[in-house]
Amino acid sequence: MKRLPSTNEFYVAATIVLLSIIIGSINPAFFTLGNLIDLLRSSIVMGIFGLGVLMVIISGGIDVSFTAIASISMFATTKILRYYDFQGTVLVAFLIAAGIGLALGLINAVFISLFRLPTLIVTLGTASMINGFMLAFIGAREISNIPQGMIEFSKINLFEVTSSTGFVYGLPAAILILAALVVFVWFLLKYTMLGRGIYALGGDRVAAERVGFDINAIQFFIYGFVGLISGVGGLVHTCLMRNSDPVDLMGTELVVIAAVVLGGARITGGHGTVLGTLLGLFLVTIITNSLILLGIPSYWQSAVVGMLILVGTGVTAYQSKRAQASHGLA
Amino acid sequence: MSRPFLEVRNVSKSFAGVRALENVSLTINQGEIRCLVGENGSGKSTLIKIIAGVYAPDHGDIIIGGKLFKRLHPIDSIREGIQIIYQDFSLFPNLTVAENLALNHEMSQRRRFVDWRGVNQIAREALARIGVEIPLNARVEELPVADKQLVAISRALLQHARLIIMDEPTTALTRREVDALFRVIKGLQQKGISILFVSHKLNEVYEIAEKITILRNGKNVADGDTSEFDRAKLIYHMTGRQVEQSRYEREAGGDQARPLLKVENLSRRGEYSDVSFELYPGEILGLVGLLGAGRTELAMSLLGLRPPDSGRIYIDGKPIKIRSFEQAVKQGIGYVPEDRLTQGLFLQQSIGRNIVVGTIDRYLNRFGLIDSRKVNGQISKWVRDLSIVTPSPLLPVQSLSGGNQQRVVLAKWLASNPRILVLNGPTVGVDVGSKAEIHRIIRELARQGVGVLLISDDIPEVLNNCSRILLMRKGRIVEEFTAGMVSENELVNKLSGAA
Ligand SMILES: Nc1ncnc2c1ncn2[C@@H]1O[C@H](COP(=O)(O)OP(=O)(O)OP(=O)(O)O)[C@@H](O)[C@H]1O
Ligand SMILES: [Mg+2]
Repeated sequence: MKRLPSTNEFYVAATIVLLSIIIGSINPAFFTLGNLIDLLRSSIVMGIFGLGVLMVIISGGIDVSFTAIASISMFATTKILRYYDFQGTVLVAFLIAAGIGLALGLINAVFISLFRLPTLIVTLGTASMINGFMLAFIGAREISNIPQGMIEFSKINLFEVTSSTGFVYGLPAAILILAALVVFVWFLLKYTMLGRGIYALGGDRVAAERVGFDINAIQFFIYGFVGLISGVGGLVHTCLMRNSDPVDLMGTELVVIAAVVLGGARITGGHGTVLGTLLGLFLVTIITNSLILLGIPSYWQSAVVGMLILVGTGVTAYQSKRAQASHGLA
Repeated sequence: MSRPFLEVRNVSKSFAGVRALENVSLTINQGEIRCLVGENGSGKSTLIKIIAGVYAPDHGDIIIGGKLFKRLHPIDSIREGIQIIYQDFSLFPNLTVAENLALNHEMSQRRRFVDWRGVNQIAREALARIGVEIPLNARVEELPVADKQLVAISRALLQHARLIIMDEPTTALTRREVDALFRVIKGLQQKGISILFVSHKLNEVYEIAEKITILRNGKNVADGDTSEFDRAKLIYHMTGRQVEQSRYEREAGGDQARPLLKVENLSRRGEYSDVSFELYPGEILGLVGLLGAGRTELAMSLLGLRPPDSGRIYIDGKPIKIRSFEQAVKQGIGYVPEDRLTQGLFLQQSIGRNIVVGTIDRYLNRFGLIDSRKVNGQISKWVRDLSIVTPSPLLPVQSLSGGNQQRVVLAKWLASNPRILVLNGPTVGVDVGSKAEIHRIIRELARQGVGVLLISDDIPEVLNNCSRILLMRKGRIVEEFTAGMVSENELVNKLSGAA
């Protein structure tokens, strides 16, 4: 018997294949190595964010503050390093960004866990607080001369290909950060009791408490970790863009959440896999990147993404309703 | 052997001003099987949750294995060897059967990592212990209620437990599974494991208990060896009054002229086949069988939830197709589901709203607005008639005890004035005192011409209320009895006999 999530992942994968064939037949440029590298490159930051969103959604929560956390982490880090005219390794930048992200994530955790407030309300609140704070005290002007260490980091490529037109495509080493996080989160969710506790919490909070999980500890871990990787994701974003813009990530949180849901995570909690999330994110990246290849105006992007979300969530909702109906939901 | 394993001393607990427990004490010795009995809302589950560390008591001490716990957390209780089968099962709907079965073991072992092969091993053994087969890879949300209950039971029967508490573990089970459970309990006792057992089925209490503790209105009223309490005394202590031992006058079998509902050669693959019967107005028709006999599946087909593959259904002699639940309701069919706690109620909504949710369109005034006086009248009528114990019908259903939640489901369907009422275990989890009251209401409905299909595992209930009884086995109706034709013993034997 095939399980539901695998069918969900299967559908997303099939959609990716189908879409690729369509796009490729219209514009053969889609099937070049260069384009694939481009797609991967644009998936890195989304992928890092997606892993955090996945954990939150599985636990039955929702986090809309991660882009704000990412923005302030990267922007403040850039500012600080510029201020001290720091020339050293990029690791320092990552440490600062991760630290800021962690601290802000823990603020979310305090409100969610200790004060038992709804996750959406808390993260909406922290998001607008962070954005306001950033614009008021740190500044709104983008910084285009980012520190040397960050520029060097962005230039490290795992490999490069030169297209027939002489354009060089490089796969940035930053993708290793994503790869490491993927393995870590996958292992955590599948093979640790903490990870199973996250699923348990999303499935039935009361039951999770009764079976002995420490809900507060789990929530502190989730929101702290999400904050931390948001900081990292933000910094990767800055490095890859070679530009630190405090507002350019704003609004992408919905796209990431949508992609994760498309990948089979249920917004009601308890369900979701790393593979599904990666597939969902890749699908959304293909759509947003390739509509241009097809000559479709970019404002259609959000319409198409929105449509996919409706289809994706609709299918999941329909499946679970069917499963319940066959057992006599009355 | 008589060293106390658990001592609860003078524990009190209130919820928003409502006293659930007042100075309650309870001692459980090693290797002892004790039953905790009391009416719905008397505080049994609350006491259990305090022992579990889920609720903190307002006053009082909990001593486990000689250790006094200032603040007991669930994980402490689990590590002291206490396992609990909760009344609402407390399973994880999103996880597989295997993982649900293994979680208690893993948590009590303080595991940090999951060994998936070990999980399957633990799960297989857990199910084998009570001799049931449930697909390990199924998600719990996909299981029928009896299987859920079996999973909840199996995962708590850990071999290294010291005390296993069972809060009404048999509500969805038939005799066969209860027998298996009791064999396991006796085996656990041999190993020195203590058992605290809660049930409203007094037969079970007498069968398994060595000691009995009785609660009434959140207070200790009696405690002692099972032999000290006969049935009348037990019921007296529970209710505080002399309850007429249920002796019913059976009604004549309704108006035989024209069947209200007629089912002809109904089949659904893998569930039931070639089922035919008639239900007359004013009749209470019993349907008995073991788990997996197809009773619930048949009921769901009548409700449009699982359409039959073949066969015909007539209402008032007219052939009809029931394709959805809405259609069934429109035809005047009401259904009290088996899995009440997850299927029948909006737990966060108020008691009153839950009662009128299906019938709200009947209480409109001439402006098309809801006439709240009528609604409130209806709500108080049902709260009173079914003696739902609550300070106010405005409170969420969640705040009710398990038995009282079930009454709310009953009220919801009775309020809809159905012509055909399908009851799937209507008094499961309801205390002895109120059972008789619910039976009286059902019989009153029948007297008014409602046709009732009563699915039940409670044999005395069926014998005392039904004019005819259908016996289902492996998806077929194999025998039909007229009331009075069969004794309780005969019927029990027939049920399990040639299974
Ligand atoms: N979380 C809660 N909030 C408010 N009141 C509660 C809560 N839990 C229990 N109560 C109240 O405490 C009292 C005792 O409930 P409890 O569930 O312990 O009864 P019980 O003996 O288990 O009954 P049953 O046989 O119906 O399961 C009831 O009056 C109930 O309404
Ligand atoms: Mg109870």
